[in-house]
Formats: sequence, structure tokens, C-alpha cells
Amino acid sequence: MATGKTLFDKIWDAHVVQQLENGPAQLYIDRHYIHEVTSPQAFEGLRAKGIKVFRPGRTFATCDHNVPTLNQDKPIKDDSCRIPVEVLARNCMENGIEYFPLRDPSNGIVHVIGPEQGLTLPGMCIVCGDSHTATHGAFGSIAFGIGTSEVEMVLATQTLLQNKPAQMRITINGKLGKCVTPKDVILYVISKVGTGGGTGYFVEYAGEVFEQMSMEGRMTVCNMSIEMGARGGFVAPDKTTFEYVKGRRFAPSGAEFDKAVEQWSRLYSDPDAVFDKEYVFDGADIAPMITYGTDPGRGIAIDGVIPECDESGMKGLAYMGFAPGEKMTGKKVDYIFVGSCTNGRIEDFRAFAGFVKGKRAADGITVWLVPGSVEVERKIREEGLEKILNDAGFVLRQPGCSACLAMNEDKVPAGAYSLSTSNRNFEGRQGQGARTMLCSPLVAAAAAVTGVITDPRSVE
Amino acid sequence: MSFEKINILQSAVVATPVENIDTDQIIPARFLKATTREGFGDAMFRDWRFNGDGSPRDSVFAAAPEGAKILVAGRNFGCGSSREHAAWALADYGFRAVVSSFFADIFKNNALNNGLLPVQVSEDFLQKILRRRNENRNMELRINLPEKYVEIVEGGQAVAGMREYFPIGEYKRHCLENGLSDIDYLITTRPIIENFEKSNDK
Repeated sequence: MATGKTLFDKIWDAHVVQQLENGPAQLYIDRHYIHEVTSPQAFEGLRAKGIKVFRPGRTFATCDHNVPTLNQDKPIKDDSCRIPVEVLARNCMENGIEYFPLRDPSNGIVHVIGPEQGLTLPGMCIVCGDSHTATHGAFGSIAFGIGTSEVEMVLATQTLLQNKPAQMRITINGKLGKCVTPKDVILYVISKVGTGGGTGYFVEYAGEVFEQMSMEGRMTVCNMSIEMGARGGFVAPDKTTFEYVKGRRFAPSGAEFDKAVEQWSRLYSDPDAVFDKEYVFDGADIAPMITYGTDPGRGIAIDGVIPECDESGMKGLAYMGFAPGEKMTGKKVDYIFVGSCTNGRIEDFRAFAGFVKGKRAADGITVWLVPGSVEVERKIREEGLEKILNDAGFVLRQPGCSACLAMNEDKVPAGAYSLSTSNRNFEGRQGQGARTMLCSPLVAAAAAVTGVITDPRSVE
Repeated sequence: MSFEKINILQSAVVATPVENIDTDQIIPARFLKATTREGFGDAMFRDWRFNGDGSPRDSVFAAAPEGAKILVAGRNFGCGSSREHAAWALADYGFRAVVSSFFADIFKNNALNNGLLPVQVSEDFLQKILRRRNENRNMELRINLPEKYVEIVEGGQAVAGMREYFPIGEYKRHCLENGLSDIDYLITTRPIIENFEKSNDK
């Protein structure tokens, strides 16, 4: 009996150039984003083969991973950071690829600027040499991270060989409680599904919670799909999506936009579509979350206690200096990082600023507030949020990936505790020996004014 | 990129039971600055192998027999970042295969594109390998790619009942046995791609 198609099937099928016998499909890529860390070797490969970029108009470039978050108008001091950025600029110029350099109004973290510039659109197949490419699934597109060899393949042919993944649906209905944000939703999901539970799958997020979520929130959720192993996650496009896209720099406009909306409106999973795996959660069960271990699946409600762990979990707890049975609230914090492709958007800074308004920064904590893009930075100023932050004793930095992976100088020292709105709490991720706890901008804000891990619901 | 062909690989192993080894462990971000593919082996598992001051640490790598070409690790190997530098680092260090009960998707593709064979075995068989290796550090694994199996070898002999077949697609097996990467094939399909673009309004 024929069954309906999932949204994933619809987009996938529309991008299959050919299906290899007993092998993968050759998939057409509509949009390709590149940055300075995972692209140089791909261009080098093309040069060695003597071939040109096939469709330069479909690739867009930004520098984000290595860039400093202060003094961006001056040359980058550290050679090891500056050289990859220069190599990217040169590769783009030689190949006719549009590049958003440092301080360009369109510059920022690759997964923040793609949607912001209207480059990410519903129904597209999107790739980037970065695992958080899943972010773009928020628009109802198939978006996934690839390796550098695959970046080279896309540059050379605008296609990739991919096996069709299995499909999972995660449905969350009901209402979210006080101080529960999209970040808490995805940390909760990962804590239930596990860090490897999504491997081999693409995830469709469905239900009232996602229907009512803003585009920024959907991006936060889809972004962390990879933290449960799924290469991608997406939300069916709707009115919220279309309104976000409308009027953006590279988005279709006028009659073209209306025609596009008509097509995008057909992007949903048929009611009788079958998924390989389904999870259903209740939004009311989700509390503000925090991680206690060294993988993103080790998350608990902020007012909970650290559970008993398996061998790998105990290794993580030893690294963190924590033990089962301990409460997370009241633990000291040395560093706070608000930013990254997960939580570096305007809504995140609105949430943080709204919480700290009229309060004072706690003593003894270093707080890094790093906008996800020049556009986010501009909006923070325009909306008067910077003044609120400054009045409370906080300083805004300039955009980039920053302390999420500490490739620039924003490194957390060994042994220090970092409360971070980023996506990974792996050992050494934010600096050698750094101890990372993942959370939402609201949980970060509560600690920023109290000095210790604090349930934001308990602060007036 | 082309790479050395794989057919039958027999070698001593480096073994760790640790699960969820992410690519930040395999190669920390601070080593991702190079713009070429070579030389990442020195930074492989850097913070497992060396202290902050650069002095060597006790690690599964220091304890392994010289020249081990196979890494055995706990489930969900290679999760996290998509950095292909992880596959380059493992290959540059000298590994030709990784055996685990589960691999993260992007890492698996990256490994295959660099002639580093990901061998997925059952959790049960993985535990057998780890136990056996604990008792005998010179234990070897023999990976037979054409026949798609891996077996435990001791004293030059396959150990009875210690063989398991592993899954690998025919296309990828063909690529590995012949040292071919996807890109060589894809470039030949440009006319097909152009037709697709025309008929799909791309």
C-alpha cells in the first residue's frame, strides 16, 4: 500500500540527480556555505586537479571561527588566525565566490548570516563544512554538515553522493513553562534521546511547541540536532518562516516571493507518512536545563541532582570535578559565554538583557557577550540593549564563533568553570582543561548577576 | 584525493573502551589552523597523549605495540564536529582502520573519503576484542575487506569463534579496494548535472 511522503522525502526526491545502483544517491546542492577552517584544503584539491569551481554563484563565504572579538577593524594579530582568513579571501576572489569579510555588514557566524541574508530558504538542500549546518533546517530545508573532501566535491560538481538517512519525528505538544526556552527544549530532547540516538537519522520537529516557536528558536533547536548524532533536523515551513524570509537581502521579492510561498506551502509531511522512529514529549515536563558532564546528552533540570553515571559518564564527572547526588544550583561559575551559532541571535540578547536589566554583574566572573553577526550587533545597539548591558556592568564584544571552540584568544583557562550558551561541553572544547556547562541565555543571565548557578525562575 | 588501497589489513591494535569520543578529542580545535592536509598526526589525541606542558602522559597510545595500524574504541566514535582533520590526523599518525560498535555519520564519511576504514562491529564483539586485548597486548586484528569480516588473531593464528562480519556498501568497498574517492567519479557526471539543472529550473 502506498503511503504518504514525509517532508524529508519531498525535498530529497527533488534533489536526486541520479541514484547509483546498489549505492548512494547523487544529490544536488542549492546552497553551499564555506568558512576559513574547513575549506582551504578543498580549494587546494581543486587546484591540484586543475579544475574550476562549477557553480560559484551557489557558494557564499564568511570568516568566523578564527576571528578576534575585539578590535576587528585592526589586522588580526595572531598569524595562525590571520592566515586561514587571508587564504579564504584569496580563494573566493580567484573563484568568483561572494565573501563577507570581517566588519562587512553581512559578516558573522556562517549559520547566523545564512538565514539573516535570506540565503537559506525553505525546500533547499544546504551544506557546509561544519556540523552545525543543521541550523538551516529551521526553514524546512535539508541541511547537513560535511567534511572537507565533500566541500571539494560540492565546489567541483555542486553535488554529493549520499545514502538516504532514516527518518525520525520528535513531537512536543503543550505549553512551555516559565523561563523555559528553545535551548532548554533541545537540551531536554538530547538528554532523552542520547548523544548517539539520532545517528543515521534526519529529525523532523513537530507539534505545538515548535509551531509556536520563533525562527530564532527553531534555529537553536535544529542547530543542536547533531548533538544527538542526527546529521540534520528541520521544522516544516509556515507563516512564521515566510514572514522571516520576506524582504531579506537575497530572498526572492515581489511576485517571485509570492510564487515561492505557494511552493513552500506544499512542504509538509503527509498525514499518512511513516517515520522510522518517533518520540513524543510534553512541553510542560521541560524545565530550564543545564549539563553536568562532558557530552551534551548529560543534561538535567537546573533544580535537579546529578544522577549516577556509567563508566564514560563517571570519566566526565571526574573531569568536571562533580559527583552523583550533588545539586547544580549554587555551584560557582568563573566564565560566562553568551553567543555561538546556537544562541548568538538577537532574541538571545533580548532575553539576557531583559533579565539583567536594573541588576548588577556579579563580582569575579568574566562574561563574554558575543553577537552572532554584525547584523545582530547592530540590532543590539539599535534596540537600546547595549545600554542596558553596560548599565548592569557588561560589555559587548564583536561577532564570531569565539569561546564556543576557542580557536581565537577567547579561551577558558584550565580548571575554570564556564557556563556557556554554546552547543558542546566536550573536554577541552573551550580551552585546554576548561569545564563547560551548557545552558540557555536566561540561565546564563541568572548566574551573571548572582555569581553562582541559579534557577532563573527563583530570581525576581 | 587518492589514497592507499585496502584489501586485507592485519595489525596490532590501540584500544580504548571510552565511548562517545568526539572529534575535539581526536584533534583539538587549536590545531585546525593549517591550510594543507599534511602533518596532523602530531596533534592526534594531543590532550590524551601529552600534558599541558608538553610532557608525555600515560595513554593507550603510549602503551600500544609499535606500528599498530588499527584503533579500537567504544561506541559512538567520532561524534561532534565535522572536522575532516580528525580523519587526516588518524591516518597521518598511521591508522588504517578504526573498529567500534557505532560511528558518527560525518566522521564515517570523512574516514571513507581518506582511505581510513571504519569497521562497525556488534557491542558484544567489541567487548570481546577489548577483553582479549587486555589479556594480550600483542593480540592482532585481521580485517578482510573483500570478504567483509574482522577476526582476532593470536600467535599468527585466527582465534576460533572470534570472527564477525561487518557492513559496508558495495560502492564504498569498491572505492577503498581501488583507492578511489567520490570526486573522481562525480567530475565525470558534470553533463548529467547540467541536464538536471536545466530540467529542474536550477
